[in-house]
Formats: sequence, structure tokens, C-alpha cells
Amino acid sequence: MRILATTLLGLVLASSLHAASLKEPLADIRAVDKEGAGNEKATAAWQQITKADPAALPEILAAMNGANPLAENWLRAAVGVIADQAIEAKKLPVEAVQAFLMDTKNSPEPRVVAFDVLQRAKPELAEEITPQLLEDPSSELRRHPVAKLTSMGDEALAQDKKNAALTAYQQAMKGARDEDQIKDLAKKLKDLGSPVDLPTHFGFIRSWKLIAPFTNVERKGYDTEFPPEKEIKLDATYPGKNAEAKWVDFTSTDEYGQIDFNKPFTMLKEVTGYAYTEFDSAEERDAQIRLGCKNGWKVWLNGQLLFARDEYHRGAKLDQYKLPVRLKKGKNQILVKCCQNEQTEQWTVEWQFQLRLCDATGTAIVAKK
Amino acid sequence: MKLSFALLSSFVILHSSLALAAGWPQFRGPNASAVSTEANAPGPKLDIAWKVDLPGRGLSSPIIVGDKVFVTCASGPDQASLHVSCFSAKDGKKLWERVMKATGRTMAHNKTSVAAPTPCSDGERVFALYSSNDLFAFDLEGNLLWLRGLTFDYANASNSLGMSSSPVVVGDTLVVQAENDSESLAFGIDVATGKNRWKKERPKAANWTSAVVFKEVVALQSSKGLTGLNPRTGEIEWDYTDGAATIPSAAVTQNAIYVPSNGVTALTPEKGSVSQIWRAEGLKPGTGSPLVLGDSLYVLNGAGVLLKASLTNGDEAWKLRLKGPFSGSPVAAGKYIYIASERGDFQVVDTTAKEGEVVHTLPLKETVLCTPAISDGAVYLRSDKTLWKLK
Repeated sequence: MRILATTLLGLVLASSLHAASLKEPLADIRAVDKEGAGNEKATAAWQQITKADPAALPEILAAMNGANPLAENWLRAAVGVIADQAIEAKKLPVEAVQAFLMDTKNSPEPRVVAFDVLQRAKPELAEEITPQLLEDPSSELRRHPVAKLTSMGDEALAQDKKNAALTAYQQAMKGARDEDQIKDLAKKLKDLGSPVDLPTHFGFIRSWKLIAPFTNVERKGYDTEFPPEKEIKLDATYPGKNAEAKWVDFTSTDEYGQIDFNKPFTMLKEVTGYAYTEFDSAEERDAQIRLGCKNGWKVWLNGQLLFARDEYHRGAKLDQYKLPVRLKKGKNQILVKCCQNEQTEQWTVEWQFQLRLCDATGTAIVAKK
Repeated sequence: MKLSFALLSSFVILHSSLALAAGWPQFRGPNASAVSTEANAPGPKLDIAWKVDLPGRGLSSPIIVGDKVFVTCASGPDQASLHVSCFSAKDGKKLWERVMKATGRTMAHNKTSVAAPTPCSDGERVFALYSSNDLFAFDLEGNLLWLRGLTFDYANASNSLGMSSSPVVVGDTLVVQAENDSESLAFGIDVATGKNRWKKERPKAANWTSAVVFKEVVALQSSKGLTGLNPRTGEIEWDYTDGAATIPSAAVTQNAIYVPSNGVTALTPEKGSVSQIWRAEGLKPGTGSPLVLGDSLYVLNGAGVLLKASLTNGDEAWKLRLKGPFSGSPVAAGKYIYIASERGDFQVVDTTAKEGEVVHTLPLKETVLCTPAISDGAVYLRSDKTLWKLK
């Protein structure tokens, strides 16, 4: 009895000592910030943390919750070192890491790290967990069950079991949030006669009011505040570059929601256009405006400039820029400025953007009807 | 006995200094010259000594510090997982690997990769930079010393085609370029803390070239030309403004810089001025950078033709068609130039043959876009999947 009490006391003491010893270094790492701020303290803290017992892994993972991406990387590296040693010594606290992974109150980033650690240490366990991640808040974790369901569909199709394949692909599509997986599944579903409404799946905003052409000679239009930046008057007309600028209705029929200024205004060069729309949100909430654009651009939400970028024709892709926003309940005004430059090469014709509204996972946010 | 001890001490000191001088610490090796300074040159008849799998894509070169080979990779659907791997030069055994996450944008042209810039080392630390402008400093045992997210710090410092300028260490300053059409910057970073010693606005134009060091001045190339900066302060020492290429980088010797500008232009910069020695408009480097070996300049043009030219006046001596196309730069040791084609044909050129001669070809059977590295009589290359040691 005395031995048990002593052992328990020892465990409690060890645990509290352990907790105390990591609290400060974890705080030092969480304090790192831009331009190397906090690097010196973090270097020492990292050394201390990497000497911790593998039992501390959940605590270190938890320190990633809400941390900035720089601190996340410090902690990710520390978890990597401890996990390497723990896996080698077969001392990984598997149950605790699994519990951390399955608790969706934890941030997506450390949960991805936890899954990767489990996948290395216990691949069969990771495989077992995978189907539970289809509706996960982490788009990265969703990739695993989506890939698994897609393979199941492929196998069913190879055995000519079309209904089973269709079911698997549809389930996978429900969980898929990454473009590569969605594209692949959309093709498979289309081939099986069950096409997917991609714009709705992604949440592209397709109906806009467009106005152009304002000037962008010598790329000066990018920094010029043309009237739409000062007022939204959809019945107004303004002097433009070689033509009157007025608002026109535009609804994209493109599967990937491209809003193409060349269509209503023809292929112009050294011009600036604006796109305006209103999004009716059912509630006040966090969201992301995700943009793909190869022209110079600026985006405002409810009159607040979110981001601006003066790069031209270096490439565009879905979700190229992810802008965290807070939607207000009811009407939200979105204004996009899109500048075309002077280049004349064939690959510089595009004067367009694609924009979608979604949550942090990439799940489309639907406008209130 | 005293004499023997003194001799032994001398040997140890000599051996240590040789060991320190050995290796390939950055893109295009010692002083970014692309020429090995080791006595132990690889020779012509190279074969695969070992090869190991890599965890992700990349076209950064391996670097070699002592008996360790360091390679950077990027994996995952958006190449957002950033790897630094350390292997034993002897047998390719993986000694450690760290996996980080990109904090900057990872979009890049399909042909390139997020792991495009080559890491560099000051002999004690390895500095790994990626196209996302994430920068990590590790010691040689894999301990994280510091990190930066340069696009996290400066949100428009990125290029949607990808970035590839490799960092260089000069004294205790790491010089990093994040040059692009938008927020175009170069940095002098304290190697001990990762903090900026200086930050400088650079021409707003995409740039994939890497810095070279000439007489302790770091030379940054761009579409505007070549600018010499004091690496400790970032102050301009000299400025050549006649334009330059944005992909192939300059070659440097102790006496001159040979910059891809209007063909190739040979320059002798000094504080406050830059003198032009000669200009050879016919020498047009393709993607690969030129190199100086002996008294000649070697330029690999966009058609896969290797040109030998006089270092004195730029006159062409011979031209030799290689089996291209090429993305990497040629490197040299002894009298041989080593280069791998995109199709994986590793070629060895004897530069002393009358018209130059390919004396050995080794098909690696994978796409190879990197510049080779040379150390201790061996050549190292990597693909998206494999790291090779050729000996």
C-alpha cells in the first residue's frame, strides 16, 4: 500500500514537474512573430522541448492550437524529433495521440501532425481511423478517406459494379474539398452519367455587375482610385479609357466560375475593370474569400480593402489567395478591381478572376435564398 | 619525439583545414564558381555508387558539408510540406529529416518546384530556403536554430511561377533574395538569430538568378543589371545597369565577373565603379549559368550547345553539341565539365580535347533538372524521387 502511494505520489510529482518544465518553453515558442522576433528564446526552448518524454507529445501538439504559422513550424519540428525517437524506441503514446487527433476542438494543423505520426507508427490504426475523417474540419485530413473511397469506386468499376462505384464516388465527392480530388471525381461521376454541379460545390460567385474600361496605362490604374472605389452607383456612367464606363450585368457560365472582362468589354489592354456583387449571409460568421487571378487585383469586403497584388500574368489557379473575412448577417458588398497590363503575348490575353466564398475547410457557403 | 609530435600536429592542422575547405556548400559550390576546389577530382568514368529515395519533389542541388549530404524537397498536393534531409555521403544512409509546413504561397509552374532554391551552409549550419520564402536554419545534427517566413512577414513577396534564387553566406550574414513583380526584396540575415541585418527593395520584376560573391561584395543580378552590396550593411558598393538575364546567373573569378548581360559581359567592379572588359553578344547562356575553368569561359546555350570562349576577350574557341535539353547548370572539376540533361543523361565533357569531347554518358533514367554537386571525388545529383552519388 505504501509502495503504491509512493508510486502515485511520484507520478503526480513527475507529471507536475514535467508540466512546469514545458510550460515556459512552449510559451517562448508561441511568442515568436514576424521578422524573427523571439527566435533567440525559441532556439533554447526548442532544445528543451525536444528532450521531453514522448508522453509530452499531446501537450506539445496542444500548444499548436491557435499558434501562428511560425510557432506551428517550431512545434511541428519538435514533435517530429520526439516522435522519431519514440517510434524507434516503441514508446509513442499511441492512445493519447489518437485522442488528440479525434478531438476536433483541436486545430486542424496539429491534428494533421498527429495523424502523420500515427500513420508512421501504426499504419493499420491510421487506416482504421481514416473513414471517420470524411467530414473532418481539416481539408488535409479529408484527403485520406476521399482517396480511399475513390479507390473503392475504381475497384468496383473494374468489376463492372457501376452502382457500387457511383455510391463510392458520390460519398467521396461529398467529403472532397481539394481541387485535384474534386476534378478527378467529377470526371468519374460524369462518365457514370451523374454529373456534378461544380460551381455550387465550390461556392463560386457567378453573378456580378461589371464596369470598365478605366485606364491602366503604365500600370498606373492599379493605384488610381476610380469612381467605383468611392461609390457604388449601378446606374452611373463615367469617362473611361477611349469609351464610357458603365455597369453591365454578367453571369459566368464557366464551370470554374471565371468572371471574364473580355466577354462584355472585348480584349482590351492597359485597362482597369471592377466587379461588384452582394452576398446575403444567413448569419454573422467567419469565412474565406478565395481568389484566383493572374492580373493586378484588389478586393474589398463591405468597403474594407482585404488585399491587393500587382503581379501580372505569372499564372492563376483555384484558391490562389485565401483571404480570411468576417461576414455580417445580411447583405455583404464585395468589390473586385481587376487590372489588365500592356503585354501582348498570347498568354497575356486573360483579364479575369474567379472568386468563391467558403469556410476554412473549403466548404462552400451558400447565400441566403 | 618532439619533432614527431610537431609533425603530427602540423598534419592534423593541415588535414583539418583541408576538411573545412572540402565540400560543396551552396548552389554551384565554393564561392558559387561551379568549380570544385578539391584536389580529389571525380574523373570521367563515373557510375552510380549509391542512390536513395527522396520524400518529395525538388530541383535544388544537394550540398555537401564534411561527410553529410543535405537535400531539400517539397511534398503533398500543394507541395506545402517542406523537407530537409541529411544523408551520409559514404553510403546514403538517412541521418535525419525534418518536415516543416510552408507559410508562404506554394504555387509554381509545373516544371519547377517549391524546393527550387539550393540550401547553403557556413560549415556549422544549413540554411534551407524554399519558393514559398520559408527559411530554416538547422545545425548539422538537425537541431532547429531559427526560422523565418518571409512571405508571412512581407505578404506580397512571392511569384506565382515560383522562385528559385539560392541564398549565399558571406561572413556572418546570409543573403536571401525574394525578388518578384510585386514586393521585391533582398535581405541580409544574421546567421545566428535569423533576424534582418538589412532589407532592401529590389527591381519589381520576376528574378530567378542567384547571388555571387566578388571580393567580399555580394553581387545581386536582376533585369536591371548587377548590383554589388556590402553584405553586412546592404549598402551599394557598385552598380552595373546595362540589364542582365533573370534566369542564368553570373560566373565569378578572383579578377572579374562574367554576367549574362547582352550575351556575356565581363566586368571588373570596384567601389563606386564598374569597368567593362569585353562583351560577347554571341555567348547566350540558356537556363544554366556559365562557368570559368582555367583560362576559359564555358557557356551552355539554349540549344544545348556548350561554347568555350576566351577569358581574355570572349572569343569563341569551340562549340560542342550535348544531349539536351538542360535546366541545370554545368559544374567542373579538374579538366572535366559535368552536366545532366532534363532527360537524365549525365554527361562528362573533356575540356582539353581539341574541340571538346563528351567522354562519358550515364543514363539516370529520370527527369533531372538540378545542377550537380561535387565533393570528395564524387558527383551528386537529385531528381523528384532520387538522390544519386556517382563515383
